[in-house]
Amino acid sequence: MDSIDKKLLVMIQDKFPISQRPYMEIGEKLSISENEVIERIKVMKESGLIRRMGGVFDSRKLGYKSTLCAMEVSEEKLPEVIEIVNSYIGVTHNYIRRHEYNLWFTLITPSKEHLDKVVNEITEKTGIKVNNLPAERLFKIKVNFHIPGEGEKENA
Amino acid sequence: MLSELDKKIVREVQGDLPLDPRPYKVIAQRLGIEEDFLIDKINEFLEKGYIRRMGAALRHRKIGLKANPMIVWQVPKDKIDEVGTKLSSLSQVTHCYHRKELPKLNYNVYSMIHAETREDCYELAKEMSKMIGIEKYNLLFSEKELKKTSMKYFMED
Repeated sequence: MDSIDKKLLVMIQDKFPISQRPYMEIGEKLSISENEVIERIKVMKESGLIRRMGGVFDSRKLGYKSTLCAMEVSEEKLPEVIEIVNSYIGVTHNYIRRHEYNLWFTLITPSKEHLDKVVNEITEKTGIKVNNLPAERLFKIKVNFHIPGEGEKENA
Repeated sequence: MLSELDKKIVREVQGDLPLDPRPYKVIAQRLGIEEDFLIDKINEFLEKGYIRRMGAALRHRKIGLKANPMIVWQVPKDKIDEVGTKLSSLSQVTHCYHRKELPKLNYNVYSMIHAETREDCYELAKEMSKMIGIEKYNLLFSEKELKKTSMKYFMED
């Protein structure tokens, strides 16, 4: 990742142009060609740095319900439980964290009923309680990151 | 309410933008609509807040942000709003919520931060603690990422 890549990442994380020739617009700002912008993005996608390029949607605005769930899973049951949890399309993030509640996942579903159904299903299939922690209040969601080594902190 | 066409557009725009000089034209053709109509629609979705942003989703671990703790805070009920608002003003905080407490986790404000090292996180947590005047907190570092994807909306039917 050179300095142009870093600048490019900052630009395409937040303000990707919505116009007929977006890659050309970006190229003009970075003084590189449209083709070079496309090539650089392609390389960063292949290396896994960029997971996806597209729209990041607000689940609540689309009528979906989301929550965070925590489970306390023993070491030997972990592989099985992870497989069950990850099999749901609405489970978008799943992490092991160092705590008694060691499995933490986010769940997004089209309705509250659907959400409760998935939570109950996971409990039934695993035999382990799923602690459902829907947000009582949402203070902030920001999904772009500060690129280490590129400028100071990003704009909030 | 979203129309059927709106939902079709969501289904395409939540995917991967083509690496073609005219990416919106490629998507518009798939949908059988005009490129400019799609561009207007995406702008409309942004204005309405359906789309939070257009652009790249990064793997933060790959860009060097390897320490990703959830910092949980024990906040008196009447201070929750103030603390949540203050934490949200920090650019290092990417997510912040008020959630209920659990039997073995007596914290009610959850914040996510991303940093390069664990030491940075402990340092930042100390500063945050001073700023909000809350001393009871815990850092739950992610040990392993088991799944990280973008949600696919309107795929049920």
